[in-house]
Amino acid sequence: MIKGYLGVDVGSVSTNLVVIDEGERLLAEQYLRTNGKPIQTVQEGLYAIGQELPAGVQIAGAGATGSARYLISLIIGADIVKNEITAHAIASSAMTEDVKTIIEIGGQDSKIIILRDGVVIDFAMNTVCAAGTGSFLDQQASRLCIPIEEFGDYALKAKNPVRIAGRCAVFAESDMIHKQQLGYNTEDIIAGLCEALVRNYMNNVGKGKEILAPVMFQGGVAANHGLVQAFNKYLELDVIVPRHHGVMGAIGAAILARETSRKKGGTGFKGFNIKEINFKTSSFECKGCSNACEVVQFYENNELLARWGDRCGKWEINAV
Amino acid sequence: MKISFPHMGYSYIAFKWLVENMGHECIIPPEPSKKTLDLGVRYAPEFACIPFKMLLGTYLEVAEKGAEVILTSGGMGPCRAGLYWVMHQYLLDELNTGIKVVAFEPPLCDLRDFLKKLHWIRKTGGLSLKAFIQVLRITWEKIKAIDEVEMYSHEIRPYEINRGDTTRSLWRALDMLDVANNEMEIKMALQEGIKLLQQIPQDKSRNPLKIGIIGEIYVVLEPAANHYIQIMLGEMGVQTDRSIYLTAYTRKNTIVNLEGDIFSVAKPYLAEAPIGGHGVNSIGETLLYAKHGFDGVVQLAPFACIPEIVAKSILPAISRDHGIPVLTLFIDEQTGKAGVQTRLEAFVDLLEKRRQYKATHKNARLVV
Repeated sequence: MIKGYLGVDVGSVSTNLVVIDEGERLLAEQYLRTNGKPIQTVQEGLYAIGQELPAGVQIAGAGATGSARYLISLIIGADIVKNEITAHAIASSAMTEDVKTIIEIGGQDSKIIILRDGVVIDFAMNTVCAAGTGSFLDQQASRLCIPIEEFGDYALKAKNPVRIAGRCAVFAESDMIHKQQLGYNTEDIIAGLCEALVRNYMNNVGKGKEILAPVMFQGGVAANHGLVQAFNKYLELDVIVPRHHGVMGAIGAAILARETSRKKGGTGFKGFNIKEINFKTSSFECKGCSNACEVVQFYENNELLARWGDRCGKWEINAV
Repeated sequence: MKISFPHMGYSYIAFKWLVENMGHECIIPPEPSKKTLDLGVRYAPEFACIPFKMLLGTYLEVAEKGAEVILTSGGMGPCRAGLYWVMHQYLLDELNTGIKVVAFEPPLCDLRDFLKKLHWIRKTGGLSLKAFIQVLRITWEKIKAIDEVEMYSHEIRPYEINRGDTTRSLWRALDMLDVANNEMEIKMALQEGIKLLQQIPQDKSRNPLKIGIIGEIYVVLEPAANHYIQIMLGEMGVQTDRSIYLTAYTRKNTIVNLEGDIFSVAKPYLAEAPIGGHGVNSIGETLLYAKHGFDGVVQLAPFACIPEIVAKSILPAISRDHGIPVLTLFIDEQTGKAGVQTRLEAFVDLLEKRRQYKATHKNARLVV
C-alpha cells in the first residue's frame, strides 16, 4: 500500500486537487473550474481524482486551502486548513530548495512572497484591484477570439510591443481597443498588455520588495509565455515556472496534510465517494442584537455540522 | 436640538451621554452597515475615500431619524479630511436634509472659533457654565473608561478558551458604562467590567504574538470599517495594540498637541515636510512598535489615501532597518472579509515562523 496525501485548493476561478506520495511526487491531479459552486465542484473533483489514482494508494491525510478552505475542509474532512499564501510558499520551497521570491498570479488575486533560508519573511497581496490577474486575461482573450492557452504565444511573436495603460483593467481594455482601432497588430498589443500587467504587478504588490533569484512564477497565469517573457525582461533574470505551476497551492496543502496527519497519527478524510452525500448550506439573520449577523448553517444529509458568521460566537458549533 | 455625530467604535456611548446631558436630544448614529455604505457611495464623489463615504452615509441615516445638527471635528493638517465637513455640509444641503454640520477645529489653531461653537452648544442647551464644564468632565471620564475596557479586552482575547467570551463580556461592560451617570458610577462600572473580563476562562500558557495597528484614524477607530480587525486577530490568538485611541488622540492632537514628538521619531525617515493625515504617525508608530518588541504591524489605509500611500512607500525601509514586518490593508467598498482573513492568517503564520526562527537561531538578525 502506498500512502497518499490529498490537497484541495478552491479558489475564485479554479478548483485544484492533487494527491502526492511521501516523497512529494504527484500521483494525480485535477484542475476544474469552480463556476461559483465550490461544494459541487469539490464533490466532482474528488470523485474524478479517486478514479485517476493508481490502485493501492490510500489517503493518509487531507488539507484544504484557497478562499473556500473552511467550507471545503468540512466536506472532505481535512486534517489541516491553511491560507493559500503559506501553502504556496511551502510547495515552492519543497520544489526548489533555495527559492527567494515567489510570484503567484491566480484568477482574481496576485501575490508576492519573499523567503530567506526557507522562511517567509514578507509577502503582499493585491487588495482593491484585480487588474492583471487571470480573469482579466481570460476576458481579453475571449474578446479577441483567441483561446486563452495560445494568448501568451501571440505575445512572443511581437516585434514592437505597444504601450498599454496597465493600472486599471477597465482602462487597459479601452487603451487596447484604441490601439487596435489605430491599426496596431494583435501580437504587439498582446505583448504590450503583458508588459503593462507586469508593470502593474511590480508597482502594486511588488513595490519596495527585494526580489532576488531564484524567482518562481506560479499560479494559473504562469502558463502564459508572454507574461513569463515580460517578467524576465522587467526583472532582468529568468523566472522559473515549476512544472505543476497551476496546482502549487494544492501541493502545499497536501504537504501540510502529511505533516499534520503524521503528528496526529491518523486522518479525518471522508473518502472519495462523497458524491452521494447531500451537502447544503442555509443562512438566517440573528435577531439577538443590533449587529444582525448573517449566520450560515452547514448540513451533511440534514445533519447540522457547523455554523459560522456570527460575531459573538453564540451560534458556533464544531467550528474548524 | 436633535444632535448626532460620527460613529467611531464605542465612543458613541460617551457622546450620547454628553449630548443628552447638555440639554439636547441625541440621535444615536447606527453602526455603519451595508445601508450606510450604499447611501454614502451613492451621494459622495466617486473619488472620495471610504471614511468620507461612510460618514456621509451615517449623516444621511441620522437625517432620516430627524437629526438637526451634527457635531464633528475639523482638522488643520494638509489632508483633505480637514475639509470633509464643509463638503458634507454642501452635500447635505443639496439633498435638503436641513442638517447643520458644526465642526470643532483644534483649539490651538483657532481658539476663538472653538469657544464660539462651544458657547452656542451650551446656550442652546440651557446649561450654566459650571454645569457645562461638569458635563464635559464626566464625558471625558466616560471616554477614558470605554477606551480602557476596550484596550483590556484586546489584551486578554488571545487567551480566551471559548471563542466570543471576551467580546460578549466587553459588550456587557460597555452596557454598564452606558448607564453610569457620574464619576463614581463610571469608576464602579469600569471596575465591574474589568472584573467580568478577568473572569473569562483563559489559557495563560499561550504566548500570543503582538501586533500594532496603525493607519488613518477613521478606519483604525471604526471596527465596522476595518472588518473588526482587532477582534479577528484576537481570535487568531494575537494581542493587538492600536496606535489611536480617542483619549490618546484627543490628548495628543487637541489639548497638549504632542505631535512634535511623533515627528521627531519619524524624522530619520521623513525629514522634508509634515505630510498630512496620519502618514507621519504611521511612520513614527511603526518605529515605536519595533522599539517596544512588537512582532509586526498592520497598516490600515483607505484606498487612495495619499498620506498613507506616502507612509507605505517608506515603511519597507523601516521594516528592513528594524526587523519589523508590516502588512498594509487598503480599505474600500469591499465588505467580504474572506480576503482580509487570508492575508491576516498568512501574516500571523509569517510572524510565528519568524519567532521560532529567532528562538532557534539566537544570534541571527532576521532582516525583512
